[in-house]
Amino acid sequence: MSTIEPQTVPEGPPTPSDETPESQPVTGWGDRIFSSAAFGAGLLILLVLAAVFVFLAVQGAPGTHQAASVYGPYATNFWSYAGKLLFGTALAAVLAMLIAVPFALGLALFISHYAPRRLAVPVAYVIDLLAAVPSVVFGLWGGRALTHASLPVQHWLNQHLGWFPLFGGTPSSTGHTVFIAAVVLSIMVIPITTAIAREVFQQTPKLLEEAALGLGATRWEMIKYAVLPHSRSGVVAGAMLGLGRALGETMAVAMVLNGNPLVSIRILTTDSPATIASNIANEYKNEDPHMQSVLIATGLVLFVFTFLVNFAARTIVTRAERRLA
Amino acid sequence: MSVTTAPTGGISLQGNRLPRFAPYVVVVGAVALGALVTMLLGLSWVAAPVLAVIVVDIALPLWSRLVEGRRAAANRGVTCLVWTALGCTLVPLVWVLAEVVIKGAPGINAHLLTHDGTPYFDPKTLVTTAGGGAFHALVGTLMVTLCAVIISVPVGLMTAVYLVEYARGSWLARGVTLMVDVMTGIPSIVAGLFAVALFTLADPSLRMGIMGSVALSLLMIPTVVRSAEEMMRLVPNDLREAAYALGVPKWRTVLKVVLRTSLGGIITGVMLAVSRVIGETAPLLVAIGSIDETNWNPFSGRMETLPVFIMDNYTQGATTPDGYKWAWSGALLLIAIVMVLNLIARIIGKIFAPKTGR
Repeated sequence: MSTIEPQTVPEGPPTPSDETPESQPVTGWGDRIFSSAAFGAGLLILLVLAAVFVFLAVQGAPGTHQAASVYGPYATNFWSYAGKLLFGTALAAVLAMLIAVPFALGLALFISHYAPRRLAVPVAYVIDLLAAVPSVVFGLWGGRALTHASLPVQHWLNQHLGWFPLFGGTPSSTGHTVFIAAVVLSIMVIPITTAIAREVFQQTPKLLEEAALGLGATRWEMIKYAVLPHSRSGVVAGAMLGLGRALGETMAVAMVLNGNPLVSIRILTTDSPATIASNIANEYKNEDPHMQSVLIATGLVLFVFTFLVNFAARTIVTRAERRLA
Repeated sequence: MSVTTAPTGGISLQGNRLPRFAPYVVVVGAVALGALVTMLLGLSWVAAPVLAVIVVDIALPLWSRLVEGRRAAANRGVTCLVWTALGCTLVPLVWVLAEVVIKGAPGINAHLLTHDGTPYFDPKTLVTTAGGGAFHALVGTLMVTLCAVIISVPVGLMTAVYLVEYARGSWLARGVTLMVDVMTGIPSIVAGLFAVALFTLADPSLRMGIMGSVALSLLMIPTVVRSAEEMMRLVPNDLREAAYALGVPKWRTVLKVVLRTSLGGIITGVMLAVSRVIGETAPLLVAIGSIDETNWNPFSGRMETLPVFIMDNYTQGATTPDGYKWAWSGALLLIAIVMVLNLIARIIGKIFAPKTGR
């Protein structure tokens, strides 16, 4: 908004209506100011995104070559530090997606094709409600309620499926594990993926569906042969947007996990790999300027990573829309 | 599908079907079985519904397979799974809300709402208690969010005006649309780091409320742009043309006709955006930090905000006697604020919704 104020307030006639005679073309000075303000706002958005990149790079640059002790005890230089955190981020996000996508697809199908008409709207509303719950509340719930309640499940998984690398090792006695972090993340991802999948499912042409049913297909066969092929790219894009959210989510992971930058796929043990975002939230309080520049640099890594994921997702969506149009 | 012969001797074109009440029978049976097994084996009550769901998901397709054949069995199986997905997703929602209300409600009292986190001397009991108020957090949340609205609404609105009224498919418009989409996916903590990186070029230890507002407006702007753009595109072109025909300049047409017509939708969009960012924790944690005193001035010093209040009390919960209680109460306050904002937004949306048909 700052773009207009210096221009409107200073010199210039008292009021526009007094000054603009009817004979003048409609591009008076008011118009010029207004259109340039609108143009400026649009430009500002591009500039801000560029500024995010530039400022993080400038402030984070010293963080890439600090003394080895700053990165310790799990890493010796910036790239191994950031790489380990990136591993943790990807691990938690991928696990969350593995849990979330089946449920999200089921929910989306429920709302678009299975629900009795009276149920579909309330259910969609309730799922939106899930998206409105602040992440810190999910973190509190995950850290205080879910960890305790899920201990028997975690121990059961460890005892009976311990041969599978993910569930091996000595299980954590507190329950603050990557497994729970992934579950909490998946709950936060479900509304996003559901919303997009539901929309593309509902866009399937009615004629295709009715043709399938008319040929004697059951409801599932109709969905399998008419709805799913038609909405494949939309579903992929929805999942990737959810992935973007899972990669960047901070509080849920930071409050559930006591993570460190390390590489471990044993998700039920206390060796929890931290994610980039949760690591920033946990380490930032220390107010050590060396560490802060390192954290800003890892933030830049996260920004670029999620930017690429979101960009890919949006490209898929636009291409799908163009194909449908 | 086998074709059965009807008793009259004519040919029925229908295959064997399960009776209409079959799903209900299976569900009731499964619930009974689950309860029975749970009681006999002495498992926790959680096991009963879990067992019941598993039994339904197996038994109904199996029965259908025996009577109706493979295709119908697959159909019924998927129907069962879809309903199961719905049930599984409602569990965490109900659990979170119930947990927050049950654990948070006892801590909500006048003291919490009127005192800040500094040690407090009670004149009646002559005891000094350590904090126990969330007033400073409420003030901080109010001021930081207000500043975020003041920054992001004009920028977002003017961007939407540009996209709808001026752009006409130029390169900038395409770029802005794409970037707004990408901005929606910026991790909130990166927004916080950006605010820090922007303000601390000179003084690395600088912290103030407005830094949090900048971070939040980075997260708010895309939502505002998207909703305002959508609403302004709904304004019929006839209205604009009528205004032009009367000789109204374009900027007044936009201000007095387009924006006036879409005001309700825009307010709804802004309220939803506010309810989204008011619960953001990570950027505030990084950009503002936390403090025990009430600070009304967003341009000087740290401020406490409600989400950070919850986070702080959670991390210190093990050491302070009432930490977890305050955290839950803060969570209840936060959820109440978010829900009320959401509700108001939807009511405004309903009232101002464009009248369709006649």
